[in-house]
Amino acid sequence: MDKKIRVLVAKPGLDGHDRGAKVVAAALRDAGMEVIYTGLHQSPESIVEAAIQEDVDVIGLSILSGAHMTIFPKVLSLLKKKNAQKIIVIGGGIIPADDMKKLKKKGVKKLFGPGAPTTEIITWLKENVKPGKKKRAQTRKKNNKGL
Amino acid sequence: MSREIWEKKLKNCKERDFKFKTVSGISVKPLYTPDDCEFFDYERDLGYPGEFPFTRGVYTNMYRGRLWTMRQFSGFATPKDTNRRYKYLLKHGQTGLSVAFDFPTLYGRDSDDPFSRGEVGKCGVAVDTLRDMEIIFDGIPLDRISTSMTINPPAAILLAMYIAVGEKQGVPAHILTGTIQNDMLKEYQAQKTWIYPPEPSMRIITDILEYCSENVPKWNTISISGYHIREAGSTALQELAFTLANGFTYVEYGIKRGLEVDKFAPRLSFFFNSHLDFFEEIAKYRAARRIWARMMRDKYNAQNPRSFLMRFHTQTAGCTLTAQQPENNIVRTAFQALAAVLGGTQSLHTNSMDETYALPTEKAVKIALRTQQLIAYETGVPNTIDPLGGSYYIETLTNELEKGAYEYFKKIEKFGGVLPAIEKGFFQQEISRSAYKYQRALEKKERFQVGINIFEEDKPADIEILKIPPEVERNQIKKLKEVKSERNNRKVKETLRLLLKAARDGDNLMPRILDCVRVYATIGEICNTLKEEFGEYQEPIIF
Repeated sequence: MDKKIRVLVAKPGLDGHDRGAKVVAAALRDAGMEVIYTGLHQSPESIVEAAIQEDVDVIGLSILSGAHMTIFPKVLSLLKKKNAQKIIVIGGGIIPADDMKKLKKKGVKKLFGPGAPTTEIITWLKENVKPGKKKRAQTRKKNNKGL
Repeated sequence: MSREIWEKKLKNCKERDFKFKTVSGISVKPLYTPDDCEFFDYERDLGYPGEFPFTRGVYTNMYRGRLWTMRQFSGFATPKDTNRRYKYLLKHGQTGLSVAFDFPTLYGRDSDDPFSRGEVGKCGVAVDTLRDMEIIFDGIPLDRISTSMTINPPAAILLAMYIAVGEKQGVPAHILTGTIQNDMLKEYQAQKTWIYPPEPSMRIITDILEYCSENVPKWNTISISGYHIREAGSTALQELAFTLANGFTYVEYGIKRGLEVDKFAPRLSFFFNSHLDFFEEIAKYRAARRIWARMMRDKYNAQNPRSFLMRFHTQTAGCTLTAQQPENNIVRTAFQALAAVLGGTQSLHTNSMDETYALPTEKAVKIALRTQQLIAYETGVPNTIDPLGGSYYIETLTNELEKGAYEYFKKIEKFGGVLPAIEKGFFQQEISRSAYKYQRALEKKERFQVGINIFEEDKPADIEILKIPPEVERNQIKKLKEVKSERNNRKVKETLRLLLKAARDGDNLMPRILDCVRVYATIGEICNTLKEEFGEYQEPIIF
């Protein structure tokens, strides 16, 4: 059976702009991935914890508040601390090009800017993520009512 | 030539391969004629500007008397930086202020709160105590300038701070003019900035209505906002319907409190988006005015004609700006601004071309302001009132949007009103679905955006970007510590205790909040005190 890519779409910090996160979550789901959306106002700690617990392959962070230089590095270091670097971190939002370069150096695998089509995100994920062996065969949806 | 002959000829014409529909999904015909406006009654449906049902505008002579207020939403970094930007904007002909707060302030959290890390001064200016507001408005006379503050859960606190700054400048509260957004319903639906659950939020809002109608009579107490509903992905029709439904809900809560509708309704104002579909946007504003006037008169029994007036601010659509070829945003924004003016807006914010990257630079924001000045002084558009009134297309669209809005009101009523519909996730789901549909339409090329899915270029944008240096956060925290060490902490404790008591006893909170801010209690201390009584909101998760 085909293994599905599992993605945690997360909204860290105080930023309430969730249009992009939700559109991406819906598009990844429709592309056959397993998507867990955290909802708003998550701390880096709770995001990393959810990612490990949900056994995801990818964390997608959406930040439009300008706090990206604080939050991305924090999530990466927490993953390292928990020995979970195999989880890929990607993201999107309002992130200037200079900051994108710096974040990629720090270990963020891919950043999508405004206007990126969802198909580009889907293609990138399919090409770059190998779904790992899941601890649980059954998908457990947390806080996730879907449409 | 008769209509039949033209229609025959038309059938033989080849049409572009394109679905001719508005953003809200209304089918657009090739031509509109008097036949489309068969049921159109001039006196009943349009009337005269400043007269019922206000379709053509809320004032008798509209822009021939006074142009709209050019009000650029702005605020960043420290209070000192923001004060400097305001003086710059006023010097270049801006006629009103509009304060953007940073995320911690919007959520009622202090700059040293762990949740504020990385966010201080980023999306707007940081305000912890009255001291910050004193600096923001330093040298700006509050008796001569009107100020709009985009603030929601802690709206009462920022209004209290503004009143206190006025006191220090010798300007009494009854002279102050301005607006607080204070629209929590759209927060739960779209913008997602909340602290307390909906019911206590509605109580605070009603407290503000009551307090201001007595003490700050020229203040716009709620700016009922469709802007964020639209930015979150809704269509024009949903923006129109949800915003009005929210407006009626505030009216109902005011009436339930025992307030006279004509005492508080004239101070309600509105805030709309101006998006890409030029004519649909214009029709939206006209339909909004007409629905509001009719409902206020016929359903809520308002008598004072000022209660019928839908006065509104407009901001061009941030969500339509593109990071690709950012200079195009200047033109995009100009069209949207023109739609707002043709729709009869009372004030206007034009977005800057660089806002998909960061807060705007001074240069970008000046071009945005100049865009409004071009419309005002060069185009001749403000010379006559509602120049598109009577256009068969505009009138048809206005009617269709109006009809669609009433259909949504019925749906909302079936849930038992706006609050139960929020609990059920109705608005949230409607909005996310539209957002997803819009994105898919772009990706399937059923809808176009230059630089995004047509006429794309690979070249990266080459524009200057405003950076907020990291020391802003450190300095703001340091300043907060100073204020805390200088203030009378015994008094702070006492005013907070009385605030909690008022919350428990059901007394109006405004006088107590004023006491708190006057002794430099922080925004976080005040909100945390109220959280003890009101609790915190948890959203239903839907995508």
